[in-house]
Amino acid sequence: MTDKRFPNPFEIEGPEGVEGWRDLYPYSVTFSEERREYEENRFWFWDSMHWGTAMTPWDSHFFETAIATLSQMNSRHYRIPPADGIDFRVLYGYAYLSPVGVDPDKIEARVPQFMERAGHYFANWDELYESWLVKVKGSIADIEALDFSPLPEMEDMSIITEGVALGSGHRLMSDYNRFKDLIVQVWQYHFEFLNLGYAAYLDFFGFCKEAFPSIPDLGIAKMVAGVEVDLFRPNEELKILAKKAIDLGIARAFDDPNNVTLEGEAGAQWQAAWDDVADPWFNFTSGNGFYHFDEIWREHPEVPYAFIKDYIAKIEGGNDISRPIEAIRAERDRIVEEYRDLLATDEDREAFDGKLGLARVVFPYVENHNFYIEHWTMSVVWRKVRELGATLGKEGLLGADDDLLFLRLNEVDEVLWDYYTNWAVNAPSASKTHWAPTIERRREIHERLKGWQAPKALGEPPEVITEPFTIMLWGITTDSVATWLGSDDDVEGVITGMAASPGLVEGLARLVFSPADVGTIQDGEILVAPITAPSWAPVFPKIKACVTDIGGMMSHAAIVCREYSVPAVTGTGFATDKIKTGDRIRVDGSSGTVTILD
Amino acid sequence: MCEACPIIDWAEQLPTIRSFTPRKVAADMTNFIVWYDRYEHEHKPFVGGKNASLGEMMRAEMPVPPGFALTTDAYGVIWSDKQLVDRVNELLRGLDHDDFAHNLDVSQQIRHLIESEPVPDAVVDALGTAYEALSLHCGVDNLPVAVRSSATAEDLPDASFAGQQDTFLWVCGLPSVIENVRRCWSSLFTDRAIAYRHQMGYIHNAIAMSVAVQKMVDPIASGVAFTLNPTNGDRSQIAIDASWGLGEAVVSGEVTPDNFLVDKVLREVVKREISTKLVEYRLTDHGVVEKLPIEAERQNAPSVTDEDLIAVAMLARRAEKHYGCPQDVEWAVDRHLPAGENVVMLQSRPETVWSQKAAVPIAKHTGDPMASIVSTLVSPLHTRKEAQSS
Repeated sequence: MTDKRFPNPFEIEGPEGVEGWRDLYPYSVTFSEERREYEENRFWFWDSMHWGTAMTPWDSHFFETAIATLSQMNSRHYRIPPADGIDFRVLYGYAYLSPVGVDPDKIEARVPQFMERAGHYFANWDELYESWLVKVKGSIADIEALDFSPLPEMEDMSIITEGVALGSGHRLMSDYNRFKDLIVQVWQYHFEFLNLGYAAYLDFFGFCKEAFPSIPDLGIAKMVAGVEVDLFRPNEELKILAKKAIDLGIARAFDDPNNVTLEGEAGAQWQAAWDDVADPWFNFTSGNGFYHFDEIWREHPEVPYAFIKDYIAKIEGGNDISRPIEAIRAERDRIVEEYRDLLATDEDREAFDGKLGLARVVFPYVENHNFYIEHWTMSVVWRKVRELGATLGKEGLLGADDDLLFLRLNEVDEVLWDYYTNWAVNAPSASKTHWAPTIERRREIHERLKGWQAPKALGEPPEVITEPFTIMLWGITTDSVATWLGSDDDVEGVITGMAASPGLVEGLARLVFSPADVGTIQDGEILVAPITAPSWAPVFPKIKACVTDIGGMMSHAAIVCREYSVPAVTGTGFATDKIKTGDRIRVDGSSGTVTILD
Repeated sequence: MCEACPIIDWAEQLPTIRSFTPRKVAADMTNFIVWYDRYEHEHKPFVGGKNASLGEMMRAEMPVPPGFALTTDAYGVIWSDKQLVDRVNELLRGLDHDDFAHNLDVSQQIRHLIESEPVPDAVVDALGTAYEALSLHCGVDNLPVAVRSSATAEDLPDASFAGQQDTFLWVCGLPSVIENVRRCWSSLFTDRAIAYRHQMGYIHNAIAMSVAVQKMVDPIASGVAFTLNPTNGDRSQIAIDASWGLGEAVVSGEVTPDNFLVDKVLREVVKREISTKLVEYRLTDHGVVEKLPIEAERQNAPSVTDEDLIAVAMLARRAEKHYGCPQDVEWAVDRHLPAGENVVMLQSRPETVWSQKAAVPIAKHTGDPMASIVSTLVSPLHTRKEAQSS
């Protein structure tokens, strides 16, 4: 490690003309003089994997909720011996994280606590996972049931006849509070199993690395990966619908995905097939679920229609697009059998069987939670945010439907109070004029923040990275931090990252920064992106290779890359800074290097 | 004078192939010929280590170029000539082992005697019939073959010293095959082999010579493969050295070969180091094998495609599975065979360095998965650093 350090969060210059940017976020989440000594002596990294651009107040709320609930499971529930939480800050709208380790003297005392608590989960995993599914589906139904409709001119007669007394204004405020509760609730469910799942996987991973010092991460992942995974289901349903369109003779209706008209009996039949699977499987976003602008398939059918069009072309071209389940299963069994066979002793084979067994028990959760929370739940959550925004816009509390996005959650309480009280009195409300200049200014700030190039990291580089989830989920290791600092032996035009999926290819780079650009990818190009989302899956058969800035072996991107056997280098730190669209690059997914050729 | 060297009767000291039970002997097998695809373990004392290995690989259905062994019985027949026996014994008895020049002189005299000894008709007939059958099988008249010595020195600690291993490439036509068979026979009496046996106190007929006659491979590239990563002993990888032309350049160290690591299980090339390769051994237009300079555009090009590397690795893995321990394999990519069938195996021997280390279990906390998870969580960095430093 060099004696270089990353920019000091207190000295860094933000973009021009963003005075007052702190007002978009809670004071507890910005860098502040009160905690300066603590903050500037820590290592912070930008989580561009999940939060790649400047956040609105609501985007930030999900960031804060996610990281707090992750931390809570480590520190307070399971007592992960070496790892407490991950501290989080917002700087000029960007999400920064800092792992918090446990004082070495206190690790020992946490071991029995961890063993008892985590041990209970591992011992009862399947049963607990079954009830997890029930809990999460229950929370989703609860969120769906929240009523953010406008307050009525007159209460329903049943309120009178049943002696309810409680009116719609109370219902609206109550449901909003319930909404906030349910968001925190469902994010606790998100991390109920995830950290433990990673821990069990990491244990198997460590064993394999010791037995086979050169085993690629991919080899380990392939032994554990599930064959039929809910996360891949939306994409599989698109293939079935593509086939159905051909069978019904309406394939041409998808030639222009932005203008699909389904006519006649065949069109109705196809629509019925769509409706059968759309809820839940098309509660699927083209982003990662964390941003207000993520496009949900159910609400933006042109996105899945474009994928259906590609699949139709493939089927018509004589390609078999079905997932060869049996072949995938046989390949997984072969890999397990061969590694097992190569172990030195029967004792090792016994340990291998045990660790692999546990990893496979926990892994369905690791793979599937992403669909249930990030896609399904967050689709419903954002729909509710838009519903509330539309009500407040329509009722004249705010100037536009999406003004809501620029208010902090506690500010919304005040708007709802204004709405309720003046609805009750039947008098004019103050909100629209009160908030208009603030919202206008915040929109402008947010626009400017979006154009800022956030630094990869801040503060003091750590001696070593030991927090297991930072390594596993974000792929941030002592080595990658050194790379970010820029080591002296950097080779011009060579970018290094994690060998996420093997293979060596050359081709033209296509930079994709947002889901909206996904459609620009041409056959045979190499996708270069800050991060890729699972819903980009349909482009994977088109691309030659994939390079990302951020992402560890368990990042959502890595899981999808492995599924599609596309060579990939992840966690490069700054591929999107160094590579331009049209550059000829060589991607070596086996060694984790990307070379810019010309 | 050497007391250790009196040799009375060569032929009587040799084991004879007639000791087989008739059931084990294939119908078309003479006492002089063992075809590789009919090889049985019982043949081993009569065909020597090299042939036994080729026969066993072929029986395991590995792609070994077709061929046959000329057994030690054929070698034994020449020693039925009493005159030859007497003259060799006389030369050996008169040998002053400390005099290198004398040793060389005696060696050359004995070799000349053996190479001039008329090969008995029965051996010529058997060899001729087999060679013709091999040529017919391969669809080529006067099939080019490799003629190699295969000494029966399996029980000795250093077989390669005990019997000099000679190889003659691109031998065409029966007269030429016979001539090189004799040279293989006489190679038991190189000065080095005589001195070695004397030093070790082996009587000279402790070793007999069988000869391998095998269809010649005309390789685009060839090399060796270890079924483990020699830098860290990782058995999930295969290290492959490769260069243009015949394997002689790699084995003799005349070129720095391209070096590859292939993942055995994922079947992927994980590391490649391409070196500058200046010479190759290959067949010239006038039908002989020569050492030739490599033209500029091939010097720094990879000598094997990824597809062929995977095929080599899969072959080596099969040999490893078959023998039940890590192997050191010689292979070649044949110029004339169709893609998918063009990688052939020429040799497979046990790997000696890592295989001899005692297998120590790495599993700790067996039976206590939680303790293992704790130790993994407490030192994840340790795990990753180890993995990366390899």
